[in-house]
Amino acid sequence: MSCQTTQEFIHAYVDGELDLAGSLEVEQHLQECQVCASAYRNQTALRSAFKDSSLYHPAPARLEKRIRSSLRREAKSELGRRSFGWRWLPIGVVATLVLLMALVIWRTLPGLRPPTDELLAQEIVSNHVRSLQLESHRTDVISSDQHTVKPWFDGKLDFAPPVKDFSSQGFPLVGGRLEYLNNRAVAALIHQRQKHYINLYIWPAEQSNATEVATKRQGYNLLHWTNSGMTYWAISDLNAVELHEFARLAQEAQ
Amino acid sequence: MQRQNKLASFETAVLPHLDAAFNLARWLTRNDADAEDVVQEAYLRAFRFFGGFHGENGRAWLLEIVRNTSYTWMQRNRSPELNMPLDDEPREVEGDDLNPEELLLQKADAQTLRQAVEELPLEFREVLVLRELDEMSYKQIAAVADLPLGTVMSRLARARKRLQHILVGHAQTEVLS
Repeated sequence: MSCQTTQEFIHAYVDGELDLAGSLEVEQHLQECQVCASAYRNQTALRSAFKDSSLYHPAPARLEKRIRSSLRREAKSELGRRSFGWRWLPIGVVATLVLLMALVIWRTLPGLRPPTDELLAQEIVSNHVRSLQLESHRTDVISSDQHTVKPWFDGKLDFAPPVKDFSSQGFPLVGGRLEYLNNRAVAALIHQRQKHYINLYIWPAEQSNATEVATKRQGYNLLHWTNSGMTYWAISDLNAVELHEFARLAQEAQ
Repeated sequence: MQRQNKLASFETAVLPHLDAAFNLARWLTRNDADAEDVVQEAYLRAFRFFGGFHGENGRAWLLEIVRNTSYTWMQRNRSPELNMPLDDEPREVEGDDLNPEELLLQKADAQTLRQAVEELPLEFREVLVLRELDEMSYKQIAAVADLPLGTVMSRLARARKRLQHILVGHAQTEVLS
């Protein structure tokens, strides 16, 4: 056996993967060749270095717990999937088709659809209520200074909302907040009237110069108008007269 | 119940190999937290495929899944290691005239050896860990790493050669510094 073959086979020999005939040939060559014998000693030294050093990474104890509980969850959901069964499939298909047809009819007949403003008003009430529930959520930027609040919106919105403090008229500016309404980022300005908070939502208008619309929902007064390309929604638990007064101030300021 | 049966027999057959699974994932990803995630995912996969397991070598079966999950994981995380393809052309076997290595290897402490193995390319690390730490046969390694038997042998040879060179390099820098 040549040196080259021997050195190829040394690894298989050390690993006990060589057949008897091959092993004998390697052994014979090792006795005759110093270079290959040294290569062999290197391999056995390496093997014993592996044996002596604890290179094995045992699994941390918490991993077994983690795996057991994830397996339990998986087993449960697998069972759920199986018991669902195929016999429900036709019913599911029919139900889906009916739903799809209903959706198509609903989309094509605008009369059946609640007006967009209706949905928006609902969204605004929820947003207003949520903003009152959490002190921290009420304002992202707290300042009565319009020159602090207005620049704060820079880079956060794709428009510049008009910001005005009405302290002298009894509606001081409290701060501003970024909101997501009507599928876009909008500015929310917070003014105060004594103990009442007013949220004024502003974003660029799609249609302009609609007249002021007042509504009442869940005890809140809402005022909606558009002015110089912006849509405004004011909402508060303040009485309708005072909210209207606020709206007038906001409209005149623009 | 069927669910209890499947879960129970899976746990009996596969959970005892958790250490081996973690060890392989840890050596492939070289990170504890990543290895834990990989092993958890691998166990879930194994559980789903458990129907196709017929009581052969549970450890090799699991390690194959762990290895594949590790590769998927590394792909997902764009591990740069995957972009270093290894040519499996059997290169010329360098003359083994490195007598002093013998001494160095005998003195190589666990820390040095660990570091040297971590430096090896992924494909070398893989076969070496399966051989030296899991003490798998070439045939089992071929199955786990999805390689022809001959490639297992040549890769192991090259991996060991590379490892020796790294160890000698470390020892030399130690002497110099």
